[in-house]
Amino acid sequence: MMQPNPRYQRHYDLQDFGVAAQQKLERASVLVIGAGGLGCPALLYLAGAGVGKIGIVDGDAVSLSNLHRQVLYVTADIGRPKSAVAFQRLSELNPEIEIEHFNYFITNQKAVELFPQYDLILDCTDNFAARYLINDACVLLGKPLVFGAIFRYEGQVAVFNLADESGLKTNYRDLFPIPPNQNEVEDCNHAGVLGVLPGIIGTLMANEAIKILCSLGHDLRHKLWTFNLRHYQNYTLALSPNPAAIVPKDIETFLSVDYHWLCGVGGTGIDEISPQELSVYLTSQNPLVIDVRERHESPEVDFEHVRIPLSELKKQLPNFDSESIVVFCQSGKRSLEAATLIRASLPESSKISHLKGGILALQEFAHGQNT
Amino acid sequence: MQHNTAIKILSFGLIAEITGPEFSAAAEDTQALQSQLLARFPKLSETKFAIAVNRNIVHGLTPLSTADEVALMPPYSGG
Repeated sequence: MMQPNPRYQRHYDLQDFGVAAQQKLERASVLVIGAGGLGCPALLYLAGAGVGKIGIVDGDAVSLSNLHRQVLYVTADIGRPKSAVAFQRLSELNPEIEIEHFNYFITNQKAVELFPQYDLILDCTDNFAARYLINDACVLLGKPLVFGAIFRYEGQVAVFNLADESGLKTNYRDLFPIPPNQNEVEDCNHAGVLGVLPGIIGTLMANEAIKILCSLGHDLRHKLWTFNLRHYQNYTLALSPNPAAIVPKDIETFLSVDYHWLCGVGGTGIDEISPQELSVYLTSQNPLVIDVRERHESPEVDFEHVRIPLSELKKQLPNFDSESIVVFCQSGKRSLEAATLIRASLPESSKISHLKGGILALQEFAHGQNT
Repeated sequence: MQHNTAIKILSFGLIAEITGPEFSAAAEDTQALQSQLLARFPKLSETKFAIAVNRNIVHGLTPLSTADEVALMPPYSGG
């Protein structure tokens, strides 16, 4: 018999939970992919609850505009890898659990390496490419998946790939068989987000994880729960297997899928320029610089450029007569799409680059230099 | 539009910004409803969404009847 640990006294006291459920948590392992708006609260509660082993996957660094919702980080963390800071904070919160941290974004290969080492996966990412990659890997590797996603004032939570009594499992592709183009939906950097929304949704993801690991029942398998923060309306949809839902047939096929391409992002032959590199690049290469934000968008920038919104580029692509082009937008997503369009219209010898992270990243870099 | 065949439609996420959060339509099945929606809201062709009838996600052609509640649910990607 394990010695009760006073850290978990309130779990022991809880009806239908008790020492037995706590021991299940202590023997369990959870991989949290994405340590951002959803991942931070989920990680805090899972670590506090005493999940025996937690893995954190995130290749991003903390930035100033993260802090209103990514509650693991403080202002002094700006520029540091999220996975390392999260590891440090969570280790302080609960030094009695094992925490692994991985400073990279999830890839097909990494999913195949990491997922078998955990009981449960949490998808706390912020893009469709990662979401479909994680879903497919969970189906192929037989891992239950807690899913959470947000849009403006609304959130979605679901549990995928967890068998019911009859052995039936459903997954993200039963809901949305074909990956949407990433450009169909704006992310938080474009659309904005109220800080508390991922706090609520990420916390509910931790709740689903705990319910599954402790067999508390009433989890969201075969369901999509949606919530509107403004009206407190929630709406639950029931899921059933979709004949159009096709997951790669085996691991080998999965490893060859380009999820970024499936979701209409990324493109070959396009270089990334970091905010740090931009000013040197502009002076040394004298490229044609194109702002692809819509005409009403601010802030204005203080270097020479032309503004051709992405919506106009899509209608008619001008004949660019320049050997070197740099495209930028607010967050680096539309610029990548625009660069992909322009790339296709120009000879291979032309050099097309886009500003990684967009004006937001440039501002944060400038802010960091001035403080 | 015949009032006695009105179906209540709820939209979520980006779809709600195109159609409004709630409206009604008349259609005998989900396919007819979809073509009607595309004619009424052309911007819907640019975005994917799942269709639920009475809170059950449906796949393929599904008959609709009076007093059914349809939900148009797009995927959210933010995190």
